[in-house]
Amino acid sequence: MSKTKTKTRKTEDLSQAMLKQIGESTAREMLNMMILIRAFEEKADELYILGLTHGTMHLSIGQEASAVGASYAVRRGEDYLLNHHRGHGHALSWGSEINLMMAEFLGKENGYCRGRGGSMHIADIERNNLGANGIVAGGIPIAPGVGVSIQLRKTDQLCLCLFGDGAANEGAFHESLNLASIWDLPVIYFCENNQYGMSMSVDRAFNIERISDRACAYNIPGETVDGNDPLAVYDAVFRAAERARAGKGPTLIEALTYRWKGHSKSDPQSYRTRDEVKEWQRKDPIPRFAAVLEGAGMLDEDMLKAMRDEAEQKVDQALAFAEASPEPDIATIMEGVYA
Amino acid sequence: MPENRELTYVEALREGLRQVMEKDESVFLLGEDIGVYNGAFGVTAGLLEEFGEERVRDTPISEAAIAGACLGASLTGMRPVGEIMFMDFVALSLEQLALQAAKVRFMFGGKTKAPFVLRMPAGSGTGAAAQHSQSLENWLVHVPGLKVVMPSNAYDAKGLLIASIYDDNPVIFVEHKLLYGTKSHVPEESYEVPLSQSRVVREGSDLTIIATSLMVHRSLEAAVQLSEEGIEIEIIDPRTLNPLDDETIIKSVVKTSKALIIHEAVGTGGYGGEIAARIASSEAFDYLEAPIRRLTGLDIPIPYNRTLEYHAVPQVENIVVEARKLSRGEY
Ligand SMILES: Cc1ncc(C[n+]2csc(CCOP(=O)(O)OP(=O)(O)O)c2C)c(N)n1
Ligand SMILES: [Mg+2]
Repeated sequence: MSKTKTKTRKTEDLSQAMLKQIGESTAREMLNMMILIRAFEEKADELYILGLTHGTMHLSIGQEASAVGASYAVRRGEDYLLNHHRGHGHALSWGSEINLMMAEFLGKENGYCRGRGGSMHIADIERNNLGANGIVAGGIPIAPGVGVSIQLRKTDQLCLCLFGDGAANEGAFHESLNLASIWDLPVIYFCENNQYGMSMSVDRAFNIERISDRACAYNIPGETVDGNDPLAVYDAVFRAAERARAGKGPTLIEALTYRWKGHSKSDPQSYRTRDEVKEWQRKDPIPRFAAVLEGAGMLDEDMLKAMRDEAEQKVDQALAFAEASPEPDIATIMEGVYA
Repeated sequence: MPENRELTYVEALREGLRQVMEKDESVFLLGEDIGVYNGAFGVTAGLLEEFGEERVRDTPISEAAIAGACLGASLTGMRPVGEIMFMDFVALSLEQLALQAAKVRFMFGGKTKAPFVLRMPAGSGTGAAAQHSQSLENWLVHVPGLKVVMPSNAYDAKGLLIASIYDDNPVIFVEHKLLYGTKSHVPEESYEVPLSQSRVVREGSDLTIIATSLMVHRSLEAAVQLSEEGIEIEIIDPRTLNPLDDETIIKSVVKTSKALIIHEAVGTGGYGGEIAARIASSEAFDYLEAPIRRLTGLDIPIPYNRTLEYHAVPQVENIVVEARKLSRGEY
């Protein structure tokens, strides 16, 4: 484990330093995005309950700081994103349009995937979001390919590869990290450790303290950060991005966070206690980040309220847009299988 | 217990597992979220409480290791039953299944055996889109050494599962998400439905439908409608896809002179082609009065949108139209 560094800087020091680096307006924008993600997913949850969406969905409520911290630390929309099934927040944070996401939820023709993909598969190819994946760890082995392509095309992009704690136990994880390491590929492996893979707690699924400890097996940096602090996430991902763009290879980052809602829409949550959920809800990343900004004189009550109102408005408008959008034409059912 | 006791497909599977585990210490379960979570579709509910963590083992998300562990345990005296949460994920187990489990007996000169069962639900209709809705049975049918079983009702589910567990070969046991809640008569005692025996589900004289899994139900519904028009359909459920009892199918086609094969999996490279070939190359060929037809899933990934998803696989009305045309000689 010797090669694995764990953050030692104090949270307050880090926050101050990071706020300075990021700047006031971006910091506020990040909070704004976290609020938007929360509002979007709360609406998505509602739609599901009303039977307006089909299938299942995976909500990231409680994990917004990870999504926002990670994407704001790279060039959102220019770098590449490999998303995973719990990916609404990442897609929004990457710059995807809320209207088109909502339309996809409702299976509409003008949704991001023409209604063919749904919540689990939102891709925004124009913004280099290569898609959310329904297969756990499905995106991980794609990352070295994206990395090689960046190397060969000699751009200064990188690939942000997102996955959960559970995904780190698929064999593909090992193959991918090793390949990226030996070829010094510009990949950031970002593991959102929300403490569970469905019902399987990380305590039961791993025999190591930190998932980032695995980095030493590939001789790459590994770091575990507070995933409920967008600034801590930003800091780690930013440094990994500098390393990637400098041709020094991949980094494994583990963001510690928590999923508030059930795994998907059919989860009685018998594997965890209410107290545990409540304890994490007290660490809600949104009020926490808001307090940091207020402390730094970058935010006041009115601004916060305006952000909340605006988020709700946007979500309502997106829903109206989605509802008014056309259904796919059955005659097009065979389209799109081949190029 | 009344003789007409009914159980759902899920309950029947669970009862089968429980009865075998009570009797036979060598049987144990492994898979993702099969413990406190009860399995994604509830098949293993209550079994953790009853048999404990040693015999009902939650695994990390590692499908290659689940299949490999089934093989390793089965080579060394156990009879494991693994669960793959959605059949789609069997893609991650394929190396252990197709290159290892299917080969060990033959390759080592018949001196070893791999008695395990890997259960997995196939099928669309739940809005789970392209990566959680496939019917991939033919991937596995194509590998000699694996048996492939696909029960269409609760009675068969229990009996075939018990028979599969006691079979000395690796058995791929394909369930269907939309069948889990369906009910049928299920005897309370432990019983086996022998593998490789096709079943005549309904007798008729005008046309033979060979259907698998959920499509057996849709074909039955269609047959009832067509019966009102005076068209009598015979329905055969192969139940075990490999090794297949094709005699029952051929006998039926000799009788009806017409065959329609129905499955949810995509048509190209699908199981229907195999059945058609078996019919066409048998004595039934001389009796055929119409081309052998297939009605299958479209050659596309399963779409998310409800309407598109509905149209991607055969529905009762499609079967009615197709069977009517074929039996009237309109093709
Ligand atoms: C290969 C594969 N195996 C299993 C599943 C079913 N499944 C979907 S999400 C999930 C848990 C994933 O856990 P994690 O990677 O920690 O992500 P989280 O859901 O916690 O965000 C499981 C088991 C799947 N989709 N793909
Ligand atoms: Mg997780």
